[in-house]
Amino acid sequence: MSTQAGSYYLPTPSHWPIIGSVGLFTTLFGFASALPGTPDGPVGNLGVMYVGLAIIAFMLFGWFGQVIGESESGKYNAQVDTSFRMGMVWFIFSEVMFFAAFFGALFYARQLSVPWLGGAGNNAMTNSLLWKGYAGTWPTNGPGAVGGKFEHMAAFGIPLWNTIILLTSGLTVTWAHWGLKKENRGQLIMGLFLTVALGGLFVSLQAYEYMHAYHEMGLKLTSGIYGTTFFMLTGFHGLHVTIGAIMLLVMLIRSTKGHFTAKNHFAFEAAAWYWHFVDVVWLGLFIFVYWLV
Amino acid sequence: MPASKITKKLGSLLCMALVLIPGAVFADYKLNMPQSVTAVGKDIYSLHMLVFWICVVVGIGVFGVIIYSLINHRKSKGVTPATFHESATVEFIWTIIPFIILVAIAVPATKTLLKIEDTSNPDLTIKVTGWQWKWEYEYLDNGVRFFSNLDQASNDARQRNSGKDPHSVDHYLLNVNNPVVVPVNKKVRILTTSNDVIHAWWVPDLAIKRDAIPGYINESWFKAEKTGVYRGQCAELCGKDHGFMPIVVQVVAENEYNDWVAKQKSAAAAAAAGAGKTWSKEDLMKRGQEVYNASCAACHQANGQGIPGVFPAIAGSKIATGPVDGHINIVVKGKQGTAMQAFGAQLSAADIAAVVTFERNAFGNNTGDVVQPSQISR
Amino acid sequence: MSEHHDKPTGIKRWLFTTNHKDIGTLYLWFAFTMFLIGGAMAMVIRAELLKPGMQVVDPLFFNTMTTMHGLIMVFGAVMPAMVGFANWLVPMMIGAPDMALPRMNNWSFWILPFAATMLVSTLFMEGGGPAFGWTFYAPLSTTFAPKSTDFFIFAVHLLGFSSIMGAINIIATILNMRAPGMTLMKMPLFVWTWLITAFLLIAVMPVLAGAVTMMLTDRNFGTSFFNAAGGGDPVLFQHVFWFFGHPEVYIMILPAFGIVSQIIPTFARKQLFGYASMVYATAAIAFLSFIVWAHHMFTVGMPVAGELYFTYATVMIAVPTAVKVFNWTATMWKGSMTFETPMLWAVAFVFLFTIGGFTGLMLGVAPADFQYHDTYFVVAHFHYVLVTGAVFAIIAGVYYWLPKWTGHMYDEKLGKLHFWLSAISVNVLFFPQHFLGLAGMPRRIPDYAIQFSEFNFMSSIGGFAFGLSQLLFLYIVIKCIRGGEKATAQVWDNPEGLEWTIPSPAPYHTFETAPEVK
Ligand code: HEA
Ligand code: HEA
Ligand code: HEC
Ligand code: CUA
Ligand SMILES: [Cu+2]
Repeated sequence: MSTQAGSYYLPTPSHWPIIGSVGLFTTLFGFASALPGTPDGPVGNLGVMYVGLAIIAFMLFGWFGQVIGESESGKYNAQVDTSFRMGMVWFIFSEVMFFAAFFGALFYARQLSVPWLGGAGNNAMTNSLLWKGYAGTWPTNGPGAVGGKFEHMAAFGIPLWNTIILLTSGLTVTWAHWGLKKENRGQLIMGLFLTVALGGLFVSLQAYEYMHAYHEMGLKLTSGIYGTTFFMLTGFHGLHVTIGAIMLLVMLIRSTKGHFTAKNHFAFEAAAWYWHFVDVVWLGLFIFVYWLV
Repeated sequence: MPASKITKKLGSLLCMALVLIPGAVFADYKLNMPQSVTAVGKDIYSLHMLVFWICVVVGIGVFGVIIYSLINHRKSKGVTPATFHESATVEFIWTIIPFIILVAIAVPATKTLLKIEDTSNPDLTIKVTGWQWKWEYEYLDNGVRFFSNLDQASNDARQRNSGKDPHSVDHYLLNVNNPVVVPVNKKVRILTTSNDVIHAWWVPDLAIKRDAIPGYINESWFKAEKTGVYRGQCAELCGKDHGFMPIVVQVVAENEYNDWVAKQKSAAAAAAAGAGKTWSKEDLMKRGQEVYNASCAACHQANGQGIPGVFPAIAGSKIATGPVDGHINIVVKGKQGTAMQAFGAQLSAADIAAVVTFERNAFGNNTGDVVQPSQISR
Repeated sequence: MSEHHDKPTGIKRWLFTTNHKDIGTLYLWFAFTMFLIGGAMAMVIRAELLKPGMQVVDPLFFNTMTTMHGLIMVFGAVMPAMVGFANWLVPMMIGAPDMALPRMNNWSFWILPFAATMLVSTLFMEGGGPAFGWTFYAPLSTTFAPKSTDFFIFAVHLLGFSSIMGAINIIATILNMRAPGMTLMKMPLFVWTWLITAFLLIAVMPVLAGAVTMMLTDRNFGTSFFNAAGGGDPVLFQHVFWFFGHPEVYIMILPAFGIVSQIIPTFARKQLFGYASMVYATAAIAFLSFIVWAHHMFTVGMPVAGELYFTYATVMIAVPTAVKVFNWTATMWKGSMTFETPMLWAVAFVFLFTIGGFTGLMLGVAPADFQYHDTYFVVAHFHYVLVTGAVFAIIAGVYYWLPKWTGHMYDEKLGKLHFWLSAISVNVLFFPQHFLGLAGMPRRIPDYAIQFSEFNFMSSIGGFAFGLSQLLFLYIVIKCIRGGEKATAQVWDNPEGLEWTIPSPAPYHTFETAPEVK
């Protein structure tokens, strides 16, 4: 825990953060302006949002580019490395809590609000005066049958395959890590490539599943609380898989450029941790969203 | 002022406050929670006073020690600081004592709570529905049903710069056009729900406050032991006129209550009978303006301009100047998922015909249309 | 290591800075600006409530003022002020050269002005700004809210993003950047309280982000989180919100505890009593804060078991908080006290926060809360803990460390005047609100029944006086920056902490070679 006197790298002033803020602001302002404000209205022009996203992308390239440069030129000592690690761990923890909010909503709906609408607990009057005849069983689109008839998603088709795919990708990324630690660059690159490919496959299958849900099963984001929790949870997860895959892709590219050493490869590990986190979230999804219906 | 004098003043000021506050609590009803006219309310009141006095005693203890210290343990008195900075025994004791006090609070709290939540075996059940910004009451046992709005005098005076002095209005903001009437000494079960956003039905003297949540029903109850008029207000922010949806409960003797029920039923029958009559345009416009001001102006504003971005204008509105059927439809059925409510459930056919006629001929909407009550179908 | 010695000047210094002291200063000025804006809104509220009848604003705008006042004070004033203190002090107190992640530190701050702009811009949109309370309960904030709400939602996302990054930085700094010998149990209490606060932030800000995201999709994409017809529940929103919201109030008070725990020992000339138990109590409060959230929701119609549980858990918080109050008392006991301005504010904090804590305890008892809920009794409670709690501690801290920051002593006479004006007027402002609430005045109403006139009048007068007194604070701070008696390195009589071992004003870079802590 001790500071090696004077050796902690302190960066010079940087213009990247303020560019990042401008990018975020532009993105969100553009998005908010385009939103309809009611569920049935059309989404407007997203031009401003894309400009904002471009600014953010520019910032990410510039900022990370600078960090990679500093790292490769050996400016970071072990203590800086620890700071980065702590940063990444706590960032992932914040992501866990973000998902916790949505899992919480799912459990609340399944264990409390839906049974209550069906008359459970102290809600007999809720059912008999407001929603007579509603049974309150899961899966459901609520007593108002919001969004019309739908079929729920079965666990043992694509979802099971996706579970296998993600678990395998967790293995391949670990295999890549072993390669890196042995200075076996071929294994590192191969492992990363497989991981990114599996990630891509996962996202494609998920996209296929969504299309199937929308076109053949009548299952939509608007299909009451089932559709809501299904698409919001799997959707945010899918977004995180995509981000994780992009991070790993960057690591792949950096690996081919000869970055990282057996001792010094924080960025690789950060991406790998993130990938494992995404993996674990999926297990939760598989159990509570798909399996235990 | 030297520091010592200042702190002495602060000390005596706080002592004074501590002595005065509890005294003042009893001075006037307005300073403290009302004692309530229900048994449960009296329990709540004594619970409130119990915790209050515990806080006062603990407060006098803690503040007393601090004040003593502030006065005596100061550098200007030439004290040298002591060096102690921990004591396991003392710390243990002052962790355990509050804990014991809390258990002592929890016991009566639990008892009272269990009583509050026991809604079984009511003598009478009233379904209370919150609407932006009025209450609907439905007596499930005898079918009496009505809406209760802020009374007209308060409503006039509460308009911005109305020029009317609130002091001149009887029970300013705490009066309604149709009070709830219940019999004394009967267990009245209240079922709260809402048509739009969350409201809360609160009458301090009956010691009852329960949220009205759209799509769900909450149960609560009271048994008033004294006849009288008890006033309350909506207690959950529900939009623009949250401050203007009071509650008035009249607790009366049982026979008076029965008379009231009979009168309500015959009045409802009379209103239904009037639907066939044909009205003159002048009568419709006159009645329409009254209805508009009472039921619509809260949102669409007295001048028909609405509030841009929140409530649309009636002046020049496509619907109010377009086909009559569309206009009647939105008034009768409302619009799901917006603040525009279904007035078919609230107003008589004559009132709806009148207000539609009014809207189509006021604010520069000179359509010339006349709508008769017979045209209103629900 | 020469490259970070260059210190750019002008606007670029502030825009691009990676220096914890610069960033701390930015946070503090931002917070003070927001305090004035939020305070001005409170003045609108108090002006309308001065007399019965509607005189100043329309009801909808009144609700907007209440909402924005709460949001701006919480997210714009108190939280950033506390982060400002953390930036200035944590590295100096633990002997670190800077924050662990300096560039990210800059970003955490520079998101805030953008978020604030987004939030305030809603006031100028069609339909007006948010008018659904700082707690933005669905469905008033979803189905029944104007278009500007979407901008409000993203402003909250930005604020959360900033807080999370700031908290990550503080944790990494405290855990990774301590000077040799600075073990955890030697850290000043302020550092401890921030370590725990940062953990709370990372745990709950994402949950708030989840809540507003659900609002966003319910509003725009037809999801049913808060819609009973679809199987959701408006009360679900409240659970998610208060899972964030209750820890949030401790996020605002724990660093305040830290500040007061630094100040009292200095002016009592006596070591803090019960250091270890202070640390454990802080941790216990943080833990309990996660399991009491539904005490804000006693009237929503929870099952009775839930109401009982949340009552028991809530009142338990009084135990670790009692430990804190008793420890401060024991620190003063047999000390050798003097009453410079920071000490006056800190002592007032102990008294007035405790009063707010007592009313909190009363609120925690569910059957009684049925009567208190959504009345001015609650408003009185939380202003005692927030204004005479968090804000008083912030002001105390500013007076305490201002000489270290600026190199000059502030004007002691004016400081004391500021204190007495504030301490008296704030009680005139908020004490009568207890009576109003008990007598039955609901909160968030623009107009009231005649029987509430006297106390509202009193409260408004106190409010104006308290508001004006804060302009004196602005003057004192500016005067101190401009000049004044030179401050020594120690500033006070033998205060504890590494920050007093470096010159005043603290040089731009400190502890580039780590100090040795024995
Ligand atoms: C800094 C902020 C802060 C702090 C520290 C607290 C502290 C506490 N709060 Fe408060 N609270 C708020 C900010 C805060 N609160 C806000 C903003 C709201 C309103 C939100 C809204 O609706 O807008 C609110 C609302 C609120 C409610 C909901 C009221 C309602 O809406 O109906 C409740 C109910 O339980 C509550 C309880 C408590 C308790 C038990 C504590 C405890 O932590 C207090 C513990 C302290 C003490 C008890 C004093 C010290 C102890 C002793 C000296 C000795 C021991 C004493 C005894 C054993 C008697 N608070
Ligand atoms: C830390 C947070 C914080 C702080 C510091 C304050 C500070 C103040 N608050 Fe409040 N307040 C909240 C947090 C806070 N508040 C919250 C969370 C709510 C709930 C919102 C909701 O219901 O959703 C609330 C609600 C609230 C209400 C209830 C509104 C309602 O229910 O309708 C009131 C009413 O009196 C009030 C008053 C004040 C006053 C007079 C101050 C004063 O202390 C402010 C003093 C400061 C200044 C005045 C600024 C400096 C001076 C100037 C800018 C010059 C101009 C001065 C004059 C013209 C005199 N606040
Ligand atoms: C609580 C608020 C509220 C009240 C009270 C209210 N309205 Fe409305 N009204 C609305 C809102 C909101 C809309 C817009 C609905 C939408 O989004 O299309 C609306 C729309 C309308 C429209 C269609 C206007 C247009 O051009 O879209 C008419 C006509 C109308 N209301 C008539 C009435 C009448 C008649 C009454 C009283 C008997 C009344 N309203 C009371 C909120 C209200
Ligand atoms: Cu209805 Cu507030
Ligand atoms: Cu709380």
